[in-house]
Amino acid sequence: MSTQAGEARWICGSPGLGEVADQIARPPLSRPPLGWWIALAGAGALTLAMVIGVTIVFFDGIGTMGNNSFVVWGFPIANYVWWIGIGNAGTLISSMLLLTHQQWRSSINRFAEAMTLFAVSIAGVFPIIHMGRPMYWYWLAPYPNVMSLWPQWRSALVWDFWAILSYLLFSIGFWYVGLIPDMAVMRDKARSWLGKRLFGLFALGWRGSIAQWRQQKSLQKLMAMFAIPLVCSVHSIVGLDFAASLNPGWAETIFPPYFVVGAMFSGFCIVIVLTAVIRGAMHLQDIITVEHFDAMGKICVAASLVMGVSYASEWFSGWYGGSPHDRVFLDFVFKGPYQPLYVAMLCLNVLLPQAMWSPKVRRNIGTMVILAVMINVGMWLERLLIIVETLGHTFLPSNWKLFFPTLIDGAILFGSLGFFAFLFLLLSRVAPLVAIHETEELVARARGL
Amino acid sequence: MAQLFRPGADIAVRWALVALLAFPFVLVVALYVYAGSPYRTGQDRSVDQPVPFSHQHHVGELGLDCRFCHETVETSRFAGMPPTHTCMTCHSQIWTNAAMLAPVRESLVDGRPLKWNRVNNLPDYVYFDHSVHLAKGVGCASCHGPVALMPLVRQQAPLTMGWCLSCHRNPAPNLRPPSAIFDTLWKPTGDAAARGRALMASYHVDTRSLTDCSTCHR
Repeated sequence: MSTQAGEARWICGSPGLGEVADQIARPPLSRPPLGWWIALAGAGALTLAMVIGVTIVFFDGIGTMGNNSFVVWGFPIANYVWWIGIGNAGTLISSMLLLTHQQWRSSINRFAEAMTLFAVSIAGVFPIIHMGRPMYWYWLAPYPNVMSLWPQWRSALVWDFWAILSYLLFSIGFWYVGLIPDMAVMRDKARSWLGKRLFGLFALGWRGSIAQWRQQKSLQKLMAMFAIPLVCSVHSIVGLDFAASLNPGWAETIFPPYFVVGAMFSGFCIVIVLTAVIRGAMHLQDIITVEHFDAMGKICVAASLVMGVSYASEWFSGWYGGSPHDRVFLDFVFKGPYQPLYVAMLCLNVLLPQAMWSPKVRRNIGTMVILAVMINVGMWLERLLIIVETLGHTFLPSNWKLFFPTLIDGAILFGSLGFFAFLFLLLSRVAPLVAIHETEELVARARGL
Repeated sequence: MAQLFRPGADIAVRWALVALLAFPFVLVVALYVYAGSPYRTGQDRSVDQPVPFSHQHHVGELGLDCRFCHETVETSRFAGMPPTHTCMTCHSQIWTNAAMLAPVRESLVDGRPLKWNRVNNLPDYVYFDHSVHLAKGVGCASCHGPVALMPLVRQQAPLTMGWCLSCHRNPAPNLRPPSAIFDTLWKPTGDAAARGRALMASYHVDTRSLTDCSTCHR
């Protein structure tokens, strides 16, 4: 087995042992540079826009968004599905690549997992925003109450609650188990009294003994095995939010798997963007190489093909099923007022990613980032169209209505992106964004140690 | 390098982890106990009234019927509070100079009704109808307790939704024969299950819609 040659692919140049660790551990232990402050201010401004938007919605009601009496889901649920899709990918990528022994995982898994935590947390806010009485969000939980009531188990909202909560708790655990040895590294590198103790607290007394390593590795692997079915269930549940209804365009059995692949697709693309940003900002060119982008590009091509097949199967079952409602709906999708958006979505999600067949495209970080952003625009359009097309074109023609977003919809959507960046910027100052011990291991193996 | 933590830190962290896991559950249970406690529901609370009217005296000792004062209880949503003239049926003749009854006399002179303070207060989003409960065999005492023994009326039930539902989900044990509806001291005798079945049948209680949302929230 030519492991050495294989592992050397993922390292660029010949960084010394400890050099990589120093580089990764630097941001949390040093004063933030000016660039970080500027980025934080920008992200903070967007976050403020979201806070204002959400406050207006909470005080003045959901009518301030584009949601109308028929398209009751609108932007909030489209954003929810999009964000949880992104959130899905982090843990999925990390656990799948761990179980399949993909060494290049080491350079990206930690921030992919952090991406999951933030994206799922943000996703969890959106169903609350779209509720008429958000202050009662906790009624979704089956807690003992003096009303003697259970949640409505047939409500998709309750499924979402469980999907988000269980996935978020698990992802925090999975992320933290991987982080423990790195916290010990940080503890040993920290200079300040408080830093030593805070990192020391979260390192849980890690000494790096063989027994500790064995336990940590086996727990991480065990959790990875749990993670894959959990990840699939989460986005399947989101798919079932739609598929369990009877509406044309929604009642399709392909939805759960197609949602899981879509989630991985958009999540991988966000990871590509994050990888490029972190590589540049933290000067990690040694351990994040074009090979990583190459590998991620291949997965994106595969996912885009599955998406294409899924779209085609929607059209086919709509036509082949023979229901007049489904055929009228298909007609609406292809010839209705949303046609330009639908065509744009097909181009962005299926046509454009085919460029990644070319190694030249995959090995160029600039084109990969552009493609990744475009694909995520496409994936967001897909989630929006699923909602506004079906809800605006159900069985009764009297219920046919178009959806028009408002300024508040936009503020909340772009604000949530800013909030995501804001959280990531803060995290970069308190915890290592890249796995220290795993990349060190990669460097050591690449050097044949 | 010197040790960062003292030996006791291990124990502290372990307990902190246990506390972290237990906290959500303890919090929920604590809030639940609080929400159902008399402190929150007002159960067993009596309210000061302009005149300290004693149901114990008037109902328990003198034997007035509930409907003598609460006239509309069988025909309306609201049980009805007596006009001052009802009080004066007797009190124009007895205890005519009692200091305790001064507000009643003033009310008669001014033509202004007495302002009694509500004891059993349901939220505005609950639709409650006295008449249908009586017509279907639920006695006054099922909710108001042994009024004939109360010097000052107190809130007998917690009035939580769970308490309402405990009967709406299983009304049979709380039904009584028509003769016992207004007897706040009535005690059931005999086979409870058989009596429940018979009363459910004779009152035609249809349980299918008793727990629909719109039964109480309209």
